[in-house]
Amino acid sequence: MAGKSARRAQLESAALYPLDWVEERTGLVGGMKYFLFRKVPRDSGWFHTLGSATLTAFLIQAITGVVLAMYYKPDPDKAYQSIQFITNDLTLGWLVRGMHRGGASVFIILMFLHMARVFLFGAYKYPRELNWIIGVILLALGMLEGFTGYLLPWDQTAYWATVVGINLNGTMPIAGPFLAQFLSGGAEIGADTLSKFYALHMLAIPGGIFALIGLHLYLVMRLGVTSPPWSPEAAGRERTEEPAPVGGREGLVRPVRRGASE
Amino acid sequence: MTDHDQPHLPSPTLWPIGFAVGIACVLTGLVLSWVVAAIGVAIAVVFGFLWIRDVTTPVRAAAPTVEPEARAPRTTSPAPVEDEPAAYPRSTFLSAATLGLGGVIGGIITVPVLGFAVLPSFTNQHDQNVDLGPIENFPENEFVIATYLVDPKVGEVTRRTMYIRNNGQLEGKPSFTAIYSRCAHLGCPVQPNGPIEEDKKKTYGDHVDLIPVLAIGFGCPCHGGQYDTEGNRRSGPPVRALDRAEFSIRNGNLFVGTFFSVSHVEGTGARARIKRYGRAVPGVHVDGAEAWLYPIEVPK
Repeated sequence: MAGKSARRAQLESAALYPLDWVEERTGLVGGMKYFLFRKVPRDSGWFHTLGSATLTAFLIQAITGVVLAMYYKPDPDKAYQSIQFITNDLTLGWLVRGMHRGGASVFIILMFLHMARVFLFGAYKYPRELNWIIGVILLALGMLEGFTGYLLPWDQTAYWATVVGINLNGTMPIAGPFLAQFLSGGAEIGADTLSKFYALHMLAIPGGIFALIGLHLYLVMRLGVTSPPWSPEAAGRERTEEPAPVGGREGLVRPVRRGASE
Repeated sequence: MTDHDQPHLPSPTLWPIGFAVGIACVLTGLVLSWVVAAIGVAIAVVFGFLWIRDVTTPVRAAAPTVEPEARAPRTTSPAPVEDEPAAYPRSTFLSAATLGLGGVIGGIITVPVLGFAVLPSFTNQHDQNVDLGPIENFPENEFVIATYLVDPKVGEVTRRTMYIRNNGQLEGKPSFTAIYSRCAHLGCPVQPNGPIEEDKKKTYGDHVDLIPVLAIGFGCPCHGGQYDTEGNRRSGPPVRALDRAEFSIRNGNLFVGTFFSVSHVEGTGARARIKRYGRAVPGVHVDGAEAWLYPIEVPK
């Protein structure tokens, strides 16, 4: 490798200067590197991508949902018309609504596939039990998103499916009738049910999902990824300190020399 | 290898299976009889104790044995107290005060907000009386499909459907049967079995529609529950009879009022004996052992 030309070095340092600036003040670049370039087992494969696929599906739901909320009106008299307007009249509305509607099923399916992978690989075992529990809560929250979102089109299917869903909750022993009455905001679906479901669907539950995904990823980062069951490598071997990479610049960002004057 | 490199797993045990059997007995007993439930409680307690004992064995074994006090009791007078730290240092007080004040501030904010999120669903829920028009609009011994708005200000979302039958006179007073269309299974709208006489439709006010129907019973389109003309369950998944509403007559007009749930109805028409309970969620038993599953009534 021939020595870089002075011009090239100059360009490179100009391009990296903003990153260095951010890194020196926040440490975030190093943090991202630590998060994105961490070590994974040699034989992890496509099955291990199901978690990121689920995350991507959720982010798509979040983004399309924010845009849909710009046009949707959670009012019993206007909700159905606003959905029709989004689908039939607004430019690309059919596409974004379709993404949100189809993406909901994709999200749920991917959650189950991800869970199946974790279960079949035994990745829920020590020391990752808590991450499994967080995942179960995330699954429940995801299903709640499906339940609350299903009412929002406010058509006959949505209305009666929600009536049945609320009353199914109502048959739970002891607390069921209270849960049903809380969900419908009274003895039956009424004026406030739609806006309540809307608030839960777009504010409360997604907030919880975001927070728990953060915790989920933190634990993935801290505990690492499990090898597949067919891995020839023994689990739980002693950690060895990896030698530092040799030669060249280390990663993206130069180590900042403190106190060096111009 | 330190202790922390080993998985902290309890050894395999069969006790949870016994515990699960006990819980299953409790749940079965809630439906069948209290004897089974009591046996289930006993099984669950015994096996739960054994399980917990098993699981906590290493923890309990690891408890350090406390050395008995070896020093002789102090006989001399106590040393001057200047050197000893204050019994309740300033820093402890400050951190406790910060936590306490923070908790109070958090509570002042959280409690009303949570209350506002939950309580409106449980307060001021009484049913309003709705005027369905003159009782002459209700032909004797024939059902009328009455759809109306409970609260016209709120709009279509409050539209309800009642099946109302004029039973004629009972001891000189008019008698009506007012059956609510909400299925006692999971709340879908039951439909009358029989021809709807659309041509005899009448309207009253701006939101009441009255359509006579020759109903020989009611059926639910969702999961197939069937009811007779008194609202008793005939077949299918419903757990009780159809709900009803109280009626009153003012100035010759029929009003529907408070809704209530019904376990079953004996007899027919004006002489029917209605087993009445407070308004319950669909799918919930109001009588029998299953009603024990819902011991606390939802406040109105």
